[in-house]
Amino acid sequence: MFEQLLKTFDTGNGYWNPLVWGFAFLIIFLIIYILRGRGNPSYKRGTEQTKVFLSGNPEYENKELLHVKASNLYWGWVESTKWVINTLKKMHTGRANDYILWFTFMIAIFMLLLGVI
Amino acid sequence: MNILDILLQQSPALIVATPLLGAFLTPLIGKLGYNVRNIFIIIILAVTAFLVFLLASDVFSGNIHTYVFGGTTSTVLSNTVIRILFEVDGLSIFMAIITVILSLAAVIYSWAFMREETGQDKYYTLLLLMTTGMFGMVLTGDLFNFFVFLEITSIASCALIAFWTHKAKAVEAAFNYMVISTIGALFVLLSIAFLYGKYDALNIAKLASRITPVSFSFIDKLSLILLLAALTMKAGIAPMHMWLPDAYGRAPASISIILVGATQASLYGVFRICFTLYGNVIQIPEVSLGWIMVILGLITMLIGVFMAMIQIDFKKLIAYGALAELGYMFLGVGTGLTILSNPQLSLASNSFALQAMKGGIFHIINDALDVGLLFLVAGAVYYATKESSLNNLGGIARNMKYTTVFFLIGLLAVSGIPPMNGFASKLLIYESVYQLNPILAIIAILASIMLLAIMVKVFYSAFLGPKIDRFQDIREAPKSMLIAMGILASLIIFFGLFPDLIVNTLVEPAVKAITHPTSYILWLTGGV
Repeated sequence: MFEQLLKTFDTGNGYWNPLVWGFAFLIIFLIIYILRGRGNPSYKRGTEQTKVFLSGNPEYENKELLHVKASNLYWGWVESTKWVINTLKKMHTGRANDYILWFTFMIAIFMLLLGVI
Repeated sequence: MNILDILLQQSPALIVATPLLGAFLTPLIGKLGYNVRNIFIIIILAVTAFLVFLLASDVFSGNIHTYVFGGTTSTVLSNTVIRILFEVDGLSIFMAIITVILSLAAVIYSWAFMREETGQDKYYTLLLLMTTGMFGMVLTGDLFNFFVFLEITSIASCALIAFWTHKAKAVEAAFNYMVISTIGALFVLLSIAFLYGKYDALNIAKLASRITPVSFSFIDKLSLILLLAALTMKAGIAPMHMWLPDAYGRAPASISIILVGATQASLYGVFRICFTLYGNVIQIPEVSLGWIMVILGLITMLIGVFMAMIQIDFKKLIAYGALAELGYMFLGVGTGLTILSNPQLSLASNSFALQAMKGGIFHIINDALDVGLLFLVAGAVYYATKESSLNNLGGIARNMKYTTVFFLIGLLAVSGIPPMNGFASKLLIYESVYQLNPILAIIAILASIMLLAIMVKVFYSAFLGPKIDRFQDIREAPKSMLIAMGILASLIIFFGLFPDLIVNTLVEPAVKAITHPTSYILWLTGGV
């Protein structure tokens, strides 16, 4: 049983052994941790270098305003794929009759593909 | 014969009967108090889980387990199956395991999550009825029985989606689900009637033995189309998926997780129809369903990720993520079907077809755990903050440390990041799909990257960020909710660390069951 737990997973075209990878990552993290522990000599607490940089604008007093809201995240991606997203939004009307229309449409597609009509 | 042998013999019926009995006893036991009722329900599902794993031990040793209702062993009388029977093979028991894990997690979670709600007796009764329906769907060997259990699942699901009746959107989602379910079930019934009319049988194995390339006609094709369309709609495959995000998103979190199982039970129906019922004719060029499944899988995952990207509601976003995950299952199994149904492809191709199938089937259980965990986390966040909009959340990791860790585990798993379970199944799918067509694998990988970006968005906007005054006093989710999330998170990590064990023990028998339908058919009919 124990041997089976340690067995490498054969994917047909390759191999995957999470335990080996986990062990490798553990060692890497240990090295990073030790390096981090040595500290950065140029770091000076309470100086300009530790302040939040907001394109040169002053930092908000109210920290809550610094939090980027979910609807603003990936704004660029959403803008550039608007043509897809708007089309998909139009599909999702929330009306049961439209859902049934899609169902009917798919039955017709299946009928065409499987040579019934 | 000892007690375990008797239980094993009766287990297919008991797995369905135990939660059914529990459902009808719940209102009575509920009179004895809140804790007594909840313990009773957990015991009911624990007993069911024991029976499922007992049956699994037998089925995974290579047996197909049949149970005849109202009889002993003889089911065939003058070449006619006269009794209802359950026929449990590797795929059936694989789905039953998923069902019992999700139901048990949901009930434990509900202990605290539903504590303040009224109508809990009805809630638990419906929950157990839904579980009964799902077990029936995956264990039955009779097509009409499958329809009956499909209806039981749908009716119970519909009532549970609308459980929060004071929320108009929940009621609307339930109404849409009811319309979709009814229409879908009617088409299933119609196709069963067609098959019964032609073959004078309702038993799946019996029908499968009679649907041959010689007998294959217009009626068989029409039945196949109606069954396929209705069950893919119930399984939430695009573009018939529109009901799914609403239903998942508006139901209580503890119900969303069982809805994942209900959707997968319909997916099981699709696989059973394609591989077993029509197993003898899948090599007929006109019935080349493989590519249809591959394309539908791709469309589903792309629609899922694009729509998830713009969601602001926590649970609805997870629901679209779940939709994308369904696409991976269809892609994997569809790839396998494409290869297996093409007699001209070499044996080498058959081996990657099997890998694709393994990936697709393995992804079913991984998706159930990953998406299930994310729904429970979304529910815990709602429970603590009474807020579901990601725009209004932020910085809650400070107060909800365990929930945050569980979300991280779910995030990594659902995005297919190593060493979580999602990675192992997606790796199988990518590698095998690549050999069918590299573009398919590229699209699947891109969709997975988008899924990761979407989940990172949730993590950042809900859990990270500065302290928000409104959420300064929120508390970690109650213990029962943490236990339920912990069970799923532990399974995710275990499945991720030991994929070889899981694939060999759980997945391979399921794949074998659908790629070798003759054993399913011959077990009953003896080759008649």
